[in-house]
Amino acid sequence: MATELGPSRRRRSWRLPKHVLLIGFGLVMLYPLLWMVSSSVKPTETIFRDPSIWPTELDLGNYVEGWEALSHPFHYYLWNSAVIAILAVAGNLLSCSLAAYAFARLKFRGRNLFFAAMLATLMLPIHVLIVPQYVLFSQLDWINTNLPLVVPKFLAHDAFFIFLMVQFIRGLPSELDEAARIDGCGHFRIYWRIIIPLSVPALATSALFTFIWTWNDFFSQLIFLTDPELWTMPVALRSFMDGQGETAWGELFAMSIVGLMPIFGFFLAGQRYLTQGIATTGFK
Amino acid sequence: MSNRPTPAIASPEREPPLARGRRRRRRSSPSGPARDRIGYLFLAPWFAGMALFTVGPILASLYLSFTEYTLLKPPEWLGLDNYRQMLADPRLHKSLGVTFVYVSVSVPVQLVLALALALLLNRGVRGLSFYRSVYYLPSLLAGSVSVAILWRQIFGKDGLVNQLLAMAGIEGVSWVAHPDFALGTLIVLNAWTFGAPMVIFLAGLRQIPHSYYEAAEVDGAGPVSRFFRITLPLLTPIIFFNLVLQLIGAFQSFTQAFVISGGRGGPSDATLLYTLYLYERGFGSFDMGYASAMAWVLLAVIAVLTGLNFLFAKRWVFYGN
Repeated sequence: MATELGPSRRRRSWRLPKHVLLIGFGLVMLYPLLWMVSSSVKPTETIFRDPSIWPTELDLGNYVEGWEALSHPFHYYLWNSAVIAILAVAGNLLSCSLAAYAFARLKFRGRNLFFAAMLATLMLPIHVLIVPQYVLFSQLDWINTNLPLVVPKFLAHDAFFIFLMVQFIRGLPSELDEAARIDGCGHFRIYWRIIIPLSVPALATSALFTFIWTWNDFFSQLIFLTDPELWTMPVALRSFMDGQGETAWGELFAMSIVGLMPIFGFFLAGQRYLTQGIATTGFK
Repeated sequence: MSNRPTPAIASPEREPPLARGRRRRRRSSPSGPARDRIGYLFLAPWFAGMALFTVGPILASLYLSFTEYTLLKPPEWLGLDNYRQMLADPRLHKSLGVTFVYVSVSVPVQLVLALALALLLNRGVRGLSFYRSVYYLPSLLAGSVSVAILWRQIFGKDGLVNQLLAMAGIEGVSWVAHPDFALGTLIVLNAWTFGAPMVIFLAGLRQIPHSYYEAAEVDGAGPVSRFFRITLPLLTPIIFFNLVLQLIGAFQSFTQAFVISGGRGGPSDATLLYTLYLYERGFGSFDMGYASAMAWVLLAVIAVLTGLNFLFAKRWVFYGN
């Protein structure tokens, strides 16, 4: 008890500099983003003269012109991205939760082996699969359709979310589904009526991450969607930059910000699910 | 796994004392084949996905790595030629070197930042969730093309960095276009995403019982020795987890280098990550056989490094009792 006083007083005196440090560091972290936002409302010629994040004038011309700078208006590419991302969310929620229920609650021959195989695929680089997948999809005539980006999601290809949901379902009390078993409930009813409603936090985390990762995904969209009519937002942005980026930074920044808005929105709405989801995957 | 109470039909006959796990499994289900069937039914989408999009492609890419294949005509068997060619391919060696530098600098930098900030945020900081969110946000954004575009501008000739340097009277170069610095800008970008491992560290720190620190304090241990004797040892499993995860992730970096360098890994191949070169061979010149061989080498490198990681883990990772 006697020693209690010393450290806690020291802790209090450390509090203010600590917050100054944390806020200062946070500002450094966010400065590039704030700078991009402020640059997007400046005329292009002043972007490079002024490192300040307070724009002297508010000029939305970059948004208006950037929106129409490509062969389609920008919402066309946003829509293409949204369709893929929404289908990916639906696919992952359905297929990964089915697999997770099996791994977390059912007993069957080979379960441990399959579970280990599933975990191993977490470490598999996509680059090992992409060449033969491309060959497969081109033989199916799926190149330049959304199918290569969507069908794998409905077949539980994202093992990360199976793992996340298995961890979550294992933490649910098993008394509920046992009681339902004794009452004669089948596994599909238990899955649908008991496990799914109780797993809403894990499902929300999975949905958010699937959306954000699909929305950001560039590699596979670059490979499977070469037709400009099918371009998604990231592919369109990249072509915008390569095409006329050097002369139209303001417009490019404006459209880049538009492209980040959905992520930012989901981050604000669901940050609790995102940070908890990341944290729980680290633990049994 | 807890033993489940089983319906009455489960154990009509007394079983001989088998291994515990097996007996448990037998007792917990009404009948073998039916039990298996329901499990396999739930896993059916996953089985199909594994076969079509994982196992099939792995085997196919192994086969293709021994062939010449450009999609136009059937694969032509070459034996080990692709691998031999890789031994003599200077750009491949360059890309391996670039990748190793990138991974071995950016991952430690990112993890040290993550751990430092997690420790700062750990105990009783008011506004923890606010800080955590602010630091975590870049991890969600950094993979996007938008941020790559931003980075290219920040580190460009007239970019933000040079504007700030100019205020201090220093004239900067175009960092993204300079062979000595271009890779550094990618390393900084990766360091910017320390928030994701930081969140995992924070969750790990919360698992350390407070009583350990109280006991140590009573025994007169200072903050430094408490850190090295309690926090760090108990955190080693989390450090290990983050290390494995981030290493595997760093090897697969693609978008940022691709967008910032205009798709070519320049200047003078300074940012030619292995994945960029693989893309160039596979989807630029449709040299699918060579790209497959490259993919297998990447897989082998990641597997060996992860294996070594697990091997050395015994020496420094503390799993308690």
